Amino acid sequence: MHDFTPFSALIGGAFIGLASVWLLAANGRIAGVSGILHGVFSPPQAQWRAWFISGLLLAGLAWQAAGAPLPLREGFPLGWAAAAGVLVGFGTRMGGGCTSGHGVCGLARLSARSLAAVVVFMATGMIAATMMRHVLGVAS
Amino acid sequence: MSALASALAAGFLFGIGLWVSGMANPRKVLGFLDITGDWDASLMLVMGGAVAVTLVGFRIYKTKLQPPTRKDIDFPLVAGSAIFGIGWGIAGYCPGPAITALATLSAESVVFVAALLAGGWLHRLLRPE
Repeated sequence: MHDFTPFSALIGGAFIGLASVWLLAANGRIAGVSGILHGVFSPPQAQWRAWFISGLLLAGLAWQAAGAPLPLREGFPLGWAAAAGVLVGFGTRMGGGCTSGHGVCGLARLSARSLAAVVVFMATGMIAATMMRHVLGVAS
Repeated sequence: MSALASALAAGFLFGIGLWVSGMANPRKVLGFLDITGDWDASLMLVMGGAVAVTLVGFRIYKTKLQPPTRKDIDFPLVAGSAIFGIGWGIAGYCPGPAITALATLSAESVVFVAALLAGGWLHRLLRPE
């Protein structure tokens, strides 16, 4: 496990947690990124969602502006990226959440539905990632 | 602070967390999801750290939590999560990291986010509520 980065993982995770608590405390909202993104295009309540998404984008710009290491991946097949995006968009809508809504906020609320969702998407994610690399041989 | 400014700040802090933790790096995510060989357990700690902080914070602000609308583990929850996981495992992006990675204007993040929106739209089309 030479790529294991426990400290930055924990600190970054704590930031994600703080952001989720902040959004509940200040806005009374749950930080589920898929739901927020889908909701940007279906008013009412589109406005705060657009600002949250803008914050995510700004973080990416600030990270680059600060000259922090930018892990860019070259040559990942765009057809696979498109297929994956459709599955993620469809699946998060159908399942009502993603890694943040079910994974962080749902587990923190001790929701049985979210726990079931996390177990399922972790399992299929592991199967898909392992197959992509070792059966289909797609470099990533 | 206005509601919109605090939503912006929350999104910003969330995004910085994704970059600091390595979640914005699809290779790092796939290093966790690919369980063979050189497994990278970091993502487990990202979730652990995030859930721990949120667990405490949600207790403090529990009066602001809306009661859950449903408790049953039904077919759409399981099937939707399974489909999401497959997409996540293919590209290494879930919605948050993909959006903040858009700032790099990498072709894969632009294509992924456009497809994600199309997938959400497709769901709406096929299953009108």
